[in-house]
Amino acid sequence: MLIKTKNISDAKSSEIVQQDFYYNRRKFLTSAAGLGCAALLPALGSPAFGAQKPLKNVQKTAWGDKLQPTTFDAVTTYNNFYEFGTLKSDPSKNAHTLKPHPWTIEVSGHADKTGKFSYGDIIKPHQLEERIYRMRCVEGWSMVIPWVGVPLAKIIKRLEPTSKAKYIAFETLLDRQQMPLQKFPILPWPYVEGLRMDEAMHPLTIMAIGVFGSEMPNQNGAPMRLVVPWKYGFKGIKSIVKISFVEKQPPSTWSVSTPHEYGFYSNVNPEVDHPRWSQKRERLITGEGGFSALFAKKIETKMFNGYAEEVAGLYAGMDLKKNF
Amino acid sequence: MAIKRSRPFFKTCVFFAGLIPFGWLAFALWSDTVNATVYMTADPVQKLNRELGDWAMIFIIITIAVRPFADLTKKPGLVAYRRMIGLYAFFYALLHVSSYVGIDLQLDLMVFVKDITNRNYILVGMVSLTLLFPLAVTSTKGMMKRLGGSRWKRLHYLVYLIAILGALHFFMMTRADFSRPILYAVVILVLLGYRGWTYQRKTRLKKRTAPTTEAT
Ligand code: HEM
Repeated sequence: MLIKTKNISDAKSSEIVQQDFYYNRRKFLTSAAGLGCAALLPALGSPAFGAQKPLKNVQKTAWGDKLQPTTFDAVTTYNNFYEFGTLKSDPSKNAHTLKPHPWTIEVSGHADKTGKFSYGDIIKPHQLEERIYRMRCVEGWSMVIPWVGVPLAKIIKRLEPTSKAKYIAFETLLDRQQMPLQKFPILPWPYVEGLRMDEAMHPLTIMAIGVFGSEMPNQNGAPMRLVVPWKYGFKGIKSIVKISFVEKQPPSTWSVSTPHEYGFYSNVNPEVDHPRWSQKRERLITGEGGFSALFAKKIETKMFNGYAEEVAGLYAGMDLKKNF
Repeated sequence: MAIKRSRPFFKTCVFFAGLIPFGWLAFALWSDTVNATVYMTADPVQKLNRELGDWAMIFIIITIAVRPFADLTKKPGLVAYRRMIGLYAFFYALLHVSSYVGIDLQLDLMVFVKDITNRNYILVGMVSLTLLFPLAVTSTKGMMKRLGGSRWKRLHYLVYLIAILGALHFFMMTRADFSRPILYAVVILVLLGYRGWTYQRKTRLKKRTAPTTEAT
């Protein structure tokens, strides 16, 4: 009942991409004219731009239909994906080494259907949905991203977890050739994340396989990544190769690497400051750069990133300052 | 003599060289605004603040590298440009803090006060910046004379502490990739080590051959 399906035709979802092409093209033309020298321009858009295949049969949903998405350029060139570099601009430059097809996902732990699955085995049986969600990064900025994906609950149900499965754990690919920064111990590799079972089953939680109506660009976590919109962005583990159903709370990379700064839950919460900065407000990245972004007014961060109505019940009676 | 005559020219060069990062950042922001380029990323607030912090650090390091470099290349005249480079370090540090308080915090001074009291890396940055003030104020020829050479020198040794605190500040704000703060720290320690070594050698030499004129 939470998924208020609107069933708008597929044409709509590709329209976003179309608009974006148009928008970027226009930007390209004005800048080329402005400088009078196209060679001076940095490569506009990501290397993946235009190369991503449009996804077919994407069902529109009412999620975020009132939100104005951040531009495709910003979503695909401003990324935290330390496996490809620690600057925001690194992943879009370096992630071409990732080979998302074919892709194998290993399912293990307390479930009846365990073993190795292909990308198609996991995703194909399900209706793709577009969800436009706010994404709040723990660093104090946010974006609005039109994801394409499948509710994680549907995937989980098919894997038939047993009653012993209290948590679900995820792992990113570990491959130093494909993910060059894994050669350096900047984080304990591979990146791991986890959710409580009820969080994983919540209808807002999705396994995303695309953005802007097209396949997921490498730098955004191809071929599949987690999206949990009421939690800080780093909970959205990318390029997932392992899923396991476990009894005890699994480790999560940032809470292992810096336990006093990052907790397992990491719910967006304006009342609980990061030890090094306030979480009260955020900079909404629209895609508009330069001085307009420099002087844009910050917006108030909302409890559970504005999804309190849907998810607050999951944490009833919990001390959210202690369980940060 | 040749060095002396060309000094004003080179001073002008250093002056404009110091403005290059500032000019570049201003151009990048302008171009992103008008031409929709992405030099300053989709989040120029963080990018600008970090660039300015970096340039403050780099100018401090250049400042303390001038003397060793002059020694190694046997061009003592280079020291004449040091003050201007040091002032640029101060300039970029001031811009760095202004961009944080003015643009990032949007002048929310309550948050800034909380930052200084609650967040150690901000406190360390604040101490580093505060120590830069007396050095900037006493950088004029007049102040140099008023303080007297040796007192002025002793005061300006503070630049090493400022550099170390700057690197520490960077180290403390880093989350995962410590390579750059460590690089800065190593360079600073090497330069400090060199200074300590030459200082010791000089005092030892002085003791042995007291009346000879000092070769800087
Ligand atoms: C009141 C004084 C200062 C304040 C409030 C301040 C604040 C900050 C902030 C907020 C950041 C960025 C943190 C982040 O993005 O997560 C930063 C980074 C930095 N600051 Fe400062 N700072 C101060 C003084 C200084 C001084 C004096 C120096 C140089 C000697 C300095 C050098 C740096 C450097 C090198 C970085 C890292 C830049 C990078 O990531 O490339 N800061 N500072």
